Amino acid sequence: METVWEWFRWLDKTHGIDLSVFYDTGDRHRFLMGFLTTILLSLTCLMSSLAIGFIGAWAQQSQWRWARLAVGAFIQFFRNTPPLVQLYFFYFAIGGMLPKFADASGMASPLFGSFFWAAVSLSLFGGAFNIEIFRAGIEAVPRATIEAAESLGFSKGQIFRLVAFPLALRFSLRALNNNMVNLVKTTSLAYAIGVPELLYVSAQIWSDQLNTREMMTLLLFSYVGLVGAMVWGMHRLERALRMPGYGQ
Amino acid sequence: MTWTADQPIVKIFDVHKSFGKTEVLKGVSMDVAAGEVVCIIGPSGSGKSTLLRCINALAVIDQGSVQVEGQEVHDPDLDQLALRRKVGMVFQQYNLFPHKTALQNVMMAPLHVLGEKRGDVEARARELMRKVRLAGKENHYPGELSGGQQQRVAIARSLAMRPDIMLFDEVTAALDPETVKEVLVTIRDLALEGMTCILVTHEMGFAREVADHVYFTDHGVIVEHGPPEILFSQPQDPRTKEFLSHVL
Ligand SMILES: Nc1ncnc2c1ncn2[C@@H]1O[C@H](COP(=O)(O)OP(=O)(O)O)[C@@H](O)[C@H]1O
Ligand SMILES: [Mg+2]
Repeated sequence: METVWEWFRWLDKTHGIDLSVFYDTGDRHRFLMGFLTTILLSLTCLMSSLAIGFIGAWAQQSQWRWARLAVGAFIQFFRNTPPLVQLYFFYFAIGGMLPKFADASGMASPLFGSFFWAAVSLSLFGGAFNIEIFRAGIEAVPRATIEAAESLGFSKGQIFRLVAFPLALRFSLRALNNNMVNLVKTTSLAYAIGVPELLYVSAQIWSDQLNTREMMTLLLFSYVGLVGAMVWGMHRLERALRMPGYGQ
Repeated sequence: MTWTADQPIVKIFDVHKSFGKTEVLKGVSMDVAAGEVVCIIGPSGSGKSTLLRCINALAVIDQGSVQVEGQEVHDPDLDQLALRRKVGMVFQQYNLFPHKTALQNVMMAPLHVLGEKRGDVEARARELMRKVRLAGKENHYPGELSGGQQQRVAIARSLAMRPDIMLFDEVTAALDPETVKEVLVTIRDLALEGMTCILVTHEMGFAREVADHVYFTDHGVIVEHGPPEILFSQPQDPRTKEFLSHVL
């Protein structure tokens, strides 16, 4: 491993290509932590946005008019405003309103940090789209298929679990993949409120080392790797869930 | 009052049913004895499907009574799931579960609705696949089967619940002429075994061959009924004559 790091030092010395994150232990640690933060933020947002999508789509089918109206308003709000503005809104407007408390050293510190607010804001943003995606999937399940299940004596819960949901998931998968990939890319906005994710630490490194060109390139390829791995996983899921011969 | 097999297994009396302002069933009565094969014929839109759907409570009647094995189907206290275990239904569009293989389609209801053991259910499902002449197609998905094959899986799926009564709603109407026969043969075998069958059909030759009793419906009423040899050769009502002159 040492020889690899030394090779990057040599690359810097002889060709002026400065990839300090490979030979400088401090930069390497910073970059790695940024990468992990991006992954953690992405996973948190993916999971919670799926949960929001699921609950929202369910609430939209509900008997209560106010529940449907609330979900509709929520979707409009998050789809029709820029995610960066949403992020600022949560961090400064909502986060700023909450009471501060004294930490161990006696300093006043906010109840929730920037990571928390980024997770909340981006989950709601992704979730708003997921509600629409899930709803379209549920609506695509043929009424006749549900009736066939009813006529076999399945209960409402069983119909949802064994027929409606598995089909709706398959119908939503393509759109869901797109939205999930977008959400991962959007986590880079958390930079704006100081979450030490990939973009944030890269910016720190290039302002210290003055290697903007190299860091930009490395940053871009890091996202290619991250999103590529995710797309690969999604495709495997799509393949595992495919219905041979369906719709042909 | 308990039901015994010498009483009608299905007893329909003066059933009325409207969708919005249009009355689709205008006082329909019909008795079906256990083991009997009954065919319902009539122009499209005359309420045949609606009548079938009242028997397993997929449709709710406005007035009158439907009894299956002496139990009032539209009694609010009736165990609807228990009723549907007794009454199987096969649809024009097969309505198989596209995300499950043929065998899984047949096994699902006994596993989840009856809660039977997987080993028993699988043995029975394989036996049923043989019975509908589909041995070897167990692991095919519905999308990989022809219309006639899918329809026979649908019949096996219903039979797996060991129903007392089978409802068939124009089950050959969506099939190619060559595959109609294979489905009709399957139904005829069932009829010969003594299954109570109520069929809506446009296959007059089949009705004449297997039916014990034929009902002709038009505009939500039963115009005329009788044994096939009489109804087909000496229709009394001008509407029956008119209809038969088009289809025979
Ligand atoms: N769910 C429904 N909502 C409204 N109208 C319906 C519904 N189902 C059937 N109808 C109407 O009831 C009439 C009878 O339909 P149906 O029982 O399907 O006739 P058939 O099976 O004899 O062709 C038709 O005019 C049809 O449009
Ligand atoms: Mg019909």
